[in-house]
Amino acid sequence: MSHPTTLVMGPVLYNWDPEAWRDFYFRIADEADVDEVCVGEVVCSKRTPFFEPYIGDVIERLLAADKQVTLSTLALIMTKREMQSVRDLAAMDDDNITVEANDVSATALLSGRPHAIGPFVNVYNEGTLAFLAARGARSVCLPVELGRDAIAALAKDAPTALEVLVFGRLPLAISARCYHARAHDLHKDGCQYVCAKDPDGMEVETLDGKPFLAVNGVQTLSHAYTDLGAHIAELQSMGVSRLRLSPHQNTDMPSVAAIVRDLSAGTIAPEEARARLAALNPAADFCDGYFNAAPGCERMDG
Amino acid sequence: MSAMELVCPAGTPAALKAAVDNGADAVYMGFRDATNARNFPGLNFSRPELEQSLAYAHARNCKIFLAINTFPEAGNPDPWFQAVDDGAALGVDAVILADIGMLAYTTEKHPDLRRHLSVQASASNPESIRFYADTFDVKRVVLPRVLTLGEITALNKEISVETEVFVFGGLCVMAEGRCALSSYVTGQSPNVNGVCSPACAVRYEEDGDRMISRLGDFTINIFEQGEAAGYPTLCKGRFKAGGKISYLFEDPVSLNAASILPELAAAGVSALKIEGRQRGKAYIAQVAASFRSAVDAIAEGGGRGAPSDLTAITEGQQKTAGAYQKTWR
Repeated sequence: MSHPTTLVMGPVLYNWDPEAWRDFYFRIADEADVDEVCVGEVVCSKRTPFFEPYIGDVIERLLAADKQVTLSTLALIMTKREMQSVRDLAAMDDDNITVEANDVSATALLSGRPHAIGPFVNVYNEGTLAFLAARGARSVCLPVELGRDAIAALAKDAPTALEVLVFGRLPLAISARCYHARAHDLHKDGCQYVCAKDPDGMEVETLDGKPFLAVNGVQTLSHAYTDLGAHIAELQSMGVSRLRLSPHQNTDMPSVAAIVRDLSAGTIAPEEARARLAALNPAADFCDGYFNAAPGCERMDG
Repeated sequence: MSAMELVCPAGTPAALKAAVDNGADAVYMGFRDATNARNFPGLNFSRPELEQSLAYAHARNCKIFLAINTFPEAGNPDPWFQAVDDGAALGVDAVILADIGMLAYTTEKHPDLRRHLSVQASASNPESIRFYADTFDVKRVVLPRVLTLGEITALNKEISVETEVFVFGGLCVMAEGRCALSSYVTGQSPNVNGVCSPACAVRYEEDGDRMISRLGDFTINIFEQGEAAGYPTLCKGRFKAGGKISYLFEDPVSLNAASILPELAAAGVSALKIEGRQRGKAYIAQVAASFRSAVDAIAEGGGRGAPSDLTAITEGQQKTAGAYQKTWR
């Protein structure tokens, strides 16, 4: 059975110049055909003070544009200060804003009221999904490594709306160590915010020059951008009702949203969508291996 | 100060005996399938092997913990449920779980079976730990290898359950249970299949004087003549980033926190975990005996009681105290 499809702009995962960050969200508010927009720092708490002065304006602009606003929490919480920031978010009482838990601590704090589960909480099976739904989760963005069979099994009689990342670099790992800092012979404590040099992540190549991964501070992402455009009709038929796009600075995200909207409405063919996506970022490689139960890096379907 | 419990790994019944005989307070092991995070060929236990091992260990006052610490596959949870049911029936002293659904199942079906939270659950803060303790009556949490000594001390003051930390062996540099690097390259997932950088995806190729190690389609390292060619664990590989070639994520080192055991005791840690279920019985015996004497010395107030030098058996003959020191980050 098909459900109305919600398009979700995921949080900016990178350390963008604060004005670029603000302008990106303003443009999403004004121009992008998405239903919901995630705002907030997911990767490194040290970045929050930079965009904090603009977050109020961004939320206001998104709400004024009739976008649902979701505040995403940190994925890996280690310090008291980080824990407090999640407590503050969870304590927010605003019907217009949903909080997305990216760590089990946030799911615990949000229990008993409607909330979202982000892709950094491990929901691999029906048991976990049912448990979280019973505590108030209304939507769950699934871990990126789940394939077709697992998604279909979860979508069958799912007690929450299910969301799948369909565009953008795959978040693969998070650490206490900052690899951006390490690559620049620095430590995390004195990182000089070098991750800001790479607004879409620092490219990591193998020793024989093959593009491989991308480092974003304490996070490691895929080099290739996931593109599940060819599988959107199948995802919809399984019952997946939410499609997530992960923002990149060098890719025109309103145009990506338009392509995915067309795909979800069935008004363009996957082949055309693929060509249009490739044109938006000619330097990017694309992958869809995970969906096909293959290594995530592989590109299998057009 | 009560003695910290020494928890040793066992991939085979012979390794388990070696751990018991050399002073382990507890041994952790898994069944021979995808229900545990060390699902490698030739490793782990059948049900009869666990039964015999339990008799051997319990007769010597040693506990056995059963690790069922992968995330059950959607549509196919039965092997995981069966593992818990069998562990309970055989009388393991605790199960080590990571998945919320599995914790819910175990709490309901086997309320008296002691539950530990696996490092794979990545519980790194008081709210997460309180959630698992309050909801599933988890008695002990294995802390992820991301916390500094200071953070562990602060955490222990805020929670009421026991904590267990890794002190020796392989060093995961990513938050455990939240790493898909291996599946991105090999299609096999630590979280689902219980394997990281599996041998079936490894290839070594000679290129003139050089040795190339690959995982899946990617070169993980290239060794010049005379350099020891290590196993291509993805996060211990050499890569190019920002125009520089380096061990970007981590050098090919092992964790060895032997020098800070008194500090871990002072931080309120209840148990020390040795990594290495894939290791042979001689290795297990040596590490267990070494840490046994160190833990005993601390408990008796004998100062540092540093274990005998274990450098020779660490990976790459190098060691690190990892995330326990702030500079690691």
